[in-house]
Amino acid sequence: MSIEIKKGWSREEMAQKIARDIPDGAYVNLGIGLPELVANFIPEGREVIFHTENGLLGVGPSPVKEMEDDELINAGKKPVTAIKGACFFHHADSFAMIRGGHIDICVLGAFQIAKDGDLANWSTGEPKAIPAVGGAMDLVEGVKTIYVITQHTTKNGDPKIVESCTYPLTGKGVVDRIYTDLAVIDVIDRGLIVREMAPGIDKDYLQRNTAAKLHWA
Amino acid sequence: MINKVVKTPLEAVAGIFDGATVMISGFGEAGSPIELIHALIDQGAKNLTVISNNTGNGHIGLAALIENRQVSKMICSFPRTQHSVVFPELYRKGEIELELVPQGTLAERIRAGGAGIPAFFTPTSVNTPLAEGKEVRMFDGKPFVMEYGLKADFALVKCKTADTYGNLLFNKTARNFGPIMCMGARHAIVQASQVVEAGLIDPEIVVTPGIFVKKIVEVSNPVSENQLILEERRYP
Repeated sequence: MSIEIKKGWSREEMAQKIARDIPDGAYVNLGIGLPELVANFIPEGREVIFHTENGLLGVGPSPVKEMEDDELINAGKKPVTAIKGACFFHHADSFAMIRGGHIDICVLGAFQIAKDGDLANWSTGEPKAIPAVGGAMDLVEGVKTIYVITQHTTKNGDPKIVESCTYPLTGKGVVDRIYTDLAVIDVIDRGLIVREMAPGIDKDYLQRNTAAKLHWA
Repeated sequence: MINKVVKTPLEAVAGIFDGATVMISGFGEAGSPIELIHALIDQGAKNLTVISNNTGNGHIGLAALIENRQVSKMICSFPRTQHSVVFPELYRKGEIELELVPQGTLAERIRAGGAGIPAFFTPTSVNTPLAEGKEVRMFDGKPFVMEYGLKADFALVKCKTADTYGNLLFNKTARNFGPIMCMGARHAIVQASQVVEAGLIDPEIVVTPGIFVKKIVEVSNPVSENQLILEERRYP
């Protein structure tokens, strides 16, 4: 028996959806990897200031190779630039911005998201793995709005949106909205509310690939 | 006469003793005081507890200090990075201890230690495995975890400019943990690309006040950690 696999939005389209939901004037922290794509799609005329937890407010685009600077990097340790009006600060100030609720939006990746907004994105809990947490737990507790960007299922086709996370938690009840290749889903008190589905994706297919009950707006 | 300047990195790290706790600045390849760490390898102090965000890269700097078996415990937030090979191997063999701390908690523990605050409550890590066994208290109806301030015997820090009083300026995102580690350590040792006479840094723009700094050594052209890794260099 063959399992039907439908193609939804591309990574770029997912990033574009998030970028459109970031309002003018927002201070935004982007996680490592897929979330970094969001910076490329901020609509024209909107001013958004990107924060990186290693001490820069006003992250600019990636530099050309010859302009790379070892001492100007983002949280993913990749070379970046600083925009005009940027500022540098030490780690305690940086996490005061995060924990103190001064950052408006954070976009993070996920291993699993539970229907009540629990997020697991730092450890698969395997005994052989080297545990590493970085700033994820501070971000989910401190930033006002948490967006998750992720493929809807794992490479093996297992749902990432679940009743309750089996991986160690990053934070409890912290996720506000999930952007996947198949849908945009809000996490609110009564559960998971589907706001939008990718072209060609229907309710049955989306529910089959989600291990928690979905509701439609 | 106050003059905190010493001539060589080796002279700067001479007082670090076996069993000391040492904070080491840097985030990824930015801001790590490679020359001071290499001097510490030459100096040979053992059984160190090191507080640093990562565990070093390749076989140089902090990674080399670990590889040289001078570190018995790491306190950090992200012990594996793209170029980190030494720590993961020793950790899997059970030959080095790890205390994993969320990055913001690590920063605040260091700041608190330096500011005379023995412990504080943070929302970070509530309901996660990293809060297990820790005191949780409710404030305004929300749970917070108690974390202890961190103090160290020494800090090794890299900066761009220091004056002879120890006032410091940093370079871009290489600032990271430098200023708070100077606060958190009883004896902060700083390598600066440039050392100037006191009075030549505008008091309005000093990042780290000199009171937090004990020793300064000029390393005018610090090595690029990235370049050393690219060349697959080892230390010693």
